[in-house]
Amino acid sequence: MTDGISPEIISNEDIDPDFVDKIVEAGADRIRTCIQCGTCSAVCPSGQRTAFRTREIIRKALLGLKDEVLASPDLWLCTTCYDCLERCPRQIKVTDAILIMRNMAADHGFMLPEHRKASQKLLATGHAVPIDNANREIRKELGLKEVPPTTHSDNKALKDVKEILKRTGFKDLIDGQKKEGK
Amino acid sequence: MTPETQTYSFFLGCVMPNRFPNLEASIWLVLPKLGINLEDLEGASCCPAPGVIRSFNEPTWLALAARNLALAEMSGNDLITGCNGCYATFKEALTEIREHPKRLKEVKKIFKGMGIKFSGKGEAKHIIEVISDLGPDKIREVVTRKLDGIKVGVHYGCHLLKPSKNRPWKQTQKHTFLDELVEATGAESTKYKDKDLCCGAGGGVRGSQVEVSVDIAKEKLDNLVEAGVDCIVDVCSFCHLQYETAQEQLNMEIGEKKYNIPVIYYTQLLGLAMELNPIELGLDKHVVDTKPLLDKILS
Repeated sequence: MTDGISPEIISNEDIDPDFVDKIVEAGADRIRTCIQCGTCSAVCPSGQRTAFRTREIIRKALLGLKDEVLASPDLWLCTTCYDCLERCPRQIKVTDAILIMRNMAADHGFMLPEHRKASQKLLATGHAVPIDNANREIRKELGLKEVPPTTHSDNKALKDVKEILKRTGFKDLIDGQKKEGK
Repeated sequence: MTPETQTYSFFLGCVMPNRFPNLEASIWLVLPKLGINLEDLEGASCCPAPGVIRSFNEPTWLALAARNLALAEMSGNDLITGCNGCYATFKEALTEIREHPKRLKEVKKIFKGMGIKFSGKGEAKHIIEVISDLGPDKIREVVTRKLDGIKVGVHYGCHLLKPSKNRPWKQTQKHTFLDELVEATGAESTKYKDKDLCCGAGGGVRGSQVEVSVDIAKEKLDNLVEAGVDCIVDVCSFCHLQYETAQEQLNMEIGEKKYNIPVIYYTQLLGLAMELNPIELGLDKHVVDTKPLLDKILS
């Protein structure tokens, strides 16, 4: 009857007592005041059509279930619409907390392949969505500069952007040079 | 006429210049006619995207955002953008820098030796914010062809409005400023169900989980079809991408042309009400054909 469904038992080794502190330090300072009312889940546009439950992520974070939260694909279903943050009766910065946990997830090597691809485009061109031939043509027809006056047409600017992405560690993060589990 | 003109550095972002340059063309055409001058922000990069790059590494997001803001600062102008996502990045980055001097120091350290001067004192504005400051009366003055009988479904977009603590609007919810600007053209802002619903594209969801993303867009599109609007009016290049491409995708899935609501940017709507050339406004370069809308307005 319950094939594939395991009872939710939390063992001590699953709990990282520092996990919430790190989320608080990074800016989601009121997260501990959560009363699990579920307003965040109720207003969530992704939650209305998937099994993603914001309340559940917050609860698991508060319990210190770091590995489970960071590995969860649900973390990436948030559209950052900010409805949960606006409606939270405890004024918890729910969306910020999700962004903080996403940063931790990426740092632990959890990144969706499409997101890595967009990041690689940023690293190569300075744009997550770079120009293509069809739009160069359309720009010309519209009387705009064929290549936008961005990093696309300025080598020094692109060089600066690449250098910044190197200095912040973004290049290593995306190239996967960073070790998993750190 | 306009007694004084303002000049802004126009931050293009990624989606507008590289996927929907027709929106960009309409902005270059219409804003100067309202007394708002625009200059290229040369060498700008991705803002970078608040839901994507900020999700992966916040310090990278802050540093690149600061570089773009610094380019505007060095040109002596405030920055202006026509994308809600870019707007969110700049509003949030400025607040982070201003409230935490430590963050400004970190960013400056990253810029070392690059000749980038940055104080965080310049402002970042949205195109619709500046138009809204002019007010609906000013819009009525420039309108020469009232768009009577045109039913518009207004879409604000999440990041234009939220987090409300860091946005300039008078209200925190049930906004009306864009509806008023639409109605100043003579068009009607039609009521429809769940008008404040997210377009579904943000947060990296469009890029990685397209089915969920399009399903959110579908909910709103169904409500707009139900309300019988002639077009959607948006003010965000990413929401725009979503409504243009989601309609095509949904039609392919169901095998019929159920979704064909023209999606236009506010400056395109205003341009039509100012009797500007639809071709110059880029209205022939949409994914969803704008002809039914143009026929209704030009007939």
